[in-house]
Amino acid sequence: MDYNKRVDGRDFDELRPIEAKVGVIKKADGSAFFKMGNTVAYAAVYGPREMFPKFMQDPKRGVLRCNYNMMPFSGAGERVRPGPSRRSKEISAVTTNALVSVVDLNDFPNAVVDVYIELSQTDAGSRCCGINAAAMALADAGIAMKDMVAAVAVGFAGNKIVVDLNYEEEHLPDYVEGLDNKDVADIPVAMIPSTGEISLLQMDGIVDKEIIIGALNKAKSAIAQVSKVQREALKEKFASQIVNGNGDDENAAGAGN
Amino acid sequence: MSLLVKDKQVVVPGDVLADDLGFIPGFGTYRNNNNLMCSRLGIVNMEGKVIKVIPLSGRYLPRRNDVVIGRVFDILMMGWRININSPYSAVLSSKETQDFIEKNEDLSRYFDLDDHLVCKVTNVTSQNLVDVTVREQGLRKLRGGRIIHVNTHKVPRIIGKKGSMVSMIKQATNCRIIVGQNGLIWIDGEPEKENIAVEAIRKIEDESHIPGLTERMKTHLEGITGVKLVFDEGDYNGLQ
Repeated sequence: MDYNKRVDGRDFDELRPIEAKVGVIKKADGSAFFKMGNTVAYAAVYGPREMFPKFMQDPKRGVLRCNYNMMPFSGAGERVRPGPSRRSKEISAVTTNALVSVVDLNDFPNAVVDVYIELSQTDAGSRCCGINAAAMALADAGIAMKDMVAAVAVGFAGNKIVVDLNYEEEHLPDYVEGLDNKDVADIPVAMIPSTGEISLLQMDGIVDKEIIIGALNKAKSAIAQVSKVQREALKEKFASQIVNGNGDDENAAGAGN
Repeated sequence: MSLLVKDKQVVVPGDVLADDLGFIPGFGTYRNNNNLMCSRLGIVNMEGKVIKVIPLSGRYLPRRNDVVIGRVFDILMMGWRININSPYSAVLSSKETQDFIEKNEDLSRYFDLDDHLVCKVTNVTSQNLVDVTVREQGLRKLRGGRIIHVNTHKVPRIIGKKGSMVSMIKQATNCRIIVGQNGLIWIDGEPEKENIAVEAIRKIEDESHIPGLTERMKTHLEGITGVKLVFDEGDYNGLQ
């Protein structure tokens, strides 16, 4: 049997409903909320600020430090143990790597930009959701970046290339009876939309080379959609500042730099 | 030659501002092949062919000759370490005070922990080590009053052209006000008047992008205080 209709009724290259908002955490220098289907991520950015422990400082440029954390109640089943684990440490590291290529911290030697990503609800694709929220929060914090980063998971389930898998699809043979091809692959991808460069690529499962290429092509257009949502959310926060005509030039003494 | 954004539009990192070589990249922008891209969240500002992005958020980075308000958070052998609301702390040397301080003297007699100072940045190194001084007229320890935090990028609007905006608030409320470039503002006066000043500053922060700010603030302040205000562009040295 083939997989003809997705578990939640979407098209095969359709994303889950996305919601995004900026400036959700008042005390942070930048913050964002990003929701894909039932996965919800909050990101808070603090800094640039003095880095501790001091031996981790870099005298050449600022350091980006991301922390991924699933909240205890965020999973579908048992309590998730929060704090560093083998998994969350790895995801923190790949998130940092996905974002560090766009941020420009050359003006901030010895300083650190801390990004805290908290997942309050998870249903697969949490690292992608975290990266999307973190990119928005970094831009909101006024950090120089050459572009935003957008991420989405693509994959292979029931002999079909699928975009933005949810939990059921990641474990498809458990949910759909009598599949001919029981292979499932999950490929989180993060891209820099303006250049198409890939800053995160992981894979979990069994998959052919042709399918990976097909999946990556689908990821590209999905990422363009995610990126659009991110940009609109950022602009919305400052929507009132889009003024027809001119701003108040007379007082612009020393504005900007 | 084509420009893809309007002047004063909000842009986010990665937005394409123009797609040919006819424009010159200014602050907050960079060139990617033929495209002129945005690298900061901010507002587009066109000056002839130069496109720059004025940031809307971000921490304060100290620059020489900025008047800032800082808090003493550590006492060193030969001076004080001062938090200037920036990623980097500043050092005030004991030689940079108005009094002569003997060697081995107890520095907390001059400035103690948690004292607030108005000081001027004298030097910033490439590694962002910051030196400040209080050895100029008007620079001192702040006694009484209150301190509020504002967005550093709104400070130029709060000061106004040649200090016109602060001097207007001062006239209306009879408060003493010092605006630090780092986003800390010290206000001292009668408590109710202080409240009016704080409210006015918050209003400027919220509405700085809407045209006619000065006029609006004038009517706002005159309406509340009933003081007839004279618009004044004096010699502003960051203090007064």
